[in-house]
Amino acid sequence: MSNIRYTKDHEWIRVDGDEATVGITDFAQDQLGDIVFVELPEVGRKLEKGKEAGVVESVKAASEVYAPASGEVTAVNAGLADDPARVNADAMGEGWFYKVKLADAKELGDLMDEAAYNAFTAAQDKH
Amino acid sequence: MAEEKLARTPLYALHQSLGAKLTAFAGYDMPVQYAAGIIAEHLHTRAQASLFDVSHMGQVVLAGADIAGRFERLVPADVVGLRSGRVRYTVFTNERGGILDDLMVAREGEALHLVVNAARKSEDLAHLRAALGTGAVTYLEDRALIALQGPAAAAVLARLARGVEAMAFMSLASVEIAGIACDVTRSGYTGEDGYEMSVAAANAEELARRLLAEPEVAPAGLGARDTLRLEAGLCLYANDIDESTTPVEADLGWTIQKRRREEGGFPGAAIIQRELAHGTARRRVGIKPEGRQIARAHTPIVDAAGKEIGIITSGGFSPSLEGAIAMGYVPSSLAAPGTALRLAVRGAERSAQVARLPFVPHRYHTPR
Repeated sequence: MSNIRYTKDHEWIRVDGDEATVGITDFAQDQLGDIVFVELPEVGRKLEKGKEAGVVESVKAASEVYAPASGEVTAVNAGLADDPARVNADAMGEGWFYKVKLADAKELGDLMDEAAYNAFTAAQDKH
Repeated sequence: MAEEKLARTPLYALHQSLGAKLTAFAGYDMPVQYAAGIIAEHLHTRAQASLFDVSHMGQVVLAGADIAGRFERLVPADVVGLRSGRVRYTVFTNERGGILDDLMVAREGEALHLVVNAARKSEDLAHLRAALGTGAVTYLEDRALIALQGPAAAAVLARLARGVEAMAFMSLASVEIAGIACDVTRSGYTGEDGYEMSVAAANAEELARRLLAEPEVAPAGLGARDTLRLEAGLCLYANDIDESTTPVEADLGWTIQKRRREEGGFPGAAIIQRELAHGTARRRVGIKPEGRQIARAHTPIVDAAGKEIGIITSGGFSPSLEGAIAMGYVPSSLAAPGTALRLAVRGAERSAQVARLPFVPHRYHTPR
């Protein structure tokens, strides 16, 4: 079973022990179109679940990235500064945003699994 | 969001078959981009040629006795002096010298052909009918408008309509393209050489498919149209110009020819003439924010104390320059290229500079 969970704001979080990696979903990058700038949180910053963790800008629009879970940022994907298009090319892999040391793994309980997220985006696509 | 009933252009089915992402724009369901994406479509336009559906724009024909002279009372351009077969960019002004819309006016014999903004169509028509009489104003309901823009546009179109390559920039001709009757202007809004083709709605898809069959041509959406016109330093109505901005503030003084500057005779003439003579308190300029983070429309321009002194009216990412670019209004004392500015982007202050417009040089066709 996949250890990736999804938010309604189209972030993903992949848990590995008490650390997790966060990015935006393939659906989100497709909706945004060409991504030209990503603002990442600083390493060491304590993020609060549901609060702003960064910004992603495409040619079309800017959108906030919200923390799927609380915790301290341990690493950021510095490569996105020069090549934000990585998010378009590989949102779930090379286009990751930051890593976080989870404050409380139980916070992930209300996030969607892949099947639920796919159903959620399928319903959104119809609008 | 309430679902409004969106209008469709004659190329709607084509957009769908090309995999366009559609979005509501000025009441129309329009392609914002195709599969290639905005950046690729933008760069293709600068390198080759792109096909844009601009059928949402309003096409209007004005006719009647002394129509050029009567129309001139609504705009600061010299239209009486516009020769048949020539096109001019102008604006409708109000009594305060503000801009009601920007438009293209082409003269064909004694008639005038206008292309106005989609979002301003109904206001413009009411304005024209009130001033000129209902009988003088014909809205072309059943015509599409297709733009072919880019350095390869002339070579492509010449294959289908011999002679168009010899047209001067900002000229008009009735031409058969691949056997389809079109009113063609050599014009556009991308900063590139190109053409806009007015064609009967029934023939629009056939013409578009014929153009897309040429190897240099790819479809481009409104997203690329916006980044292209911003690089070219061209105004977008409701963003960069509106009823609260005058042509002089908007750095569109060049659209007011000599005779009109002297004689006036258009709405707001006294204000505009005074501004032409004595300058304005603020001015539209190009703005280059540092780095890649975009400073979008409505971003405040602030002084050292953080007080708002100006505003960004268009801001985006330049695919050609791979960085942020913008236009906006600053106090005229800060309008010289190179002047340092501060922007309040999403709560944080960022450095920027006044930049010379256009960001990317125009490459219009000018015969030797």
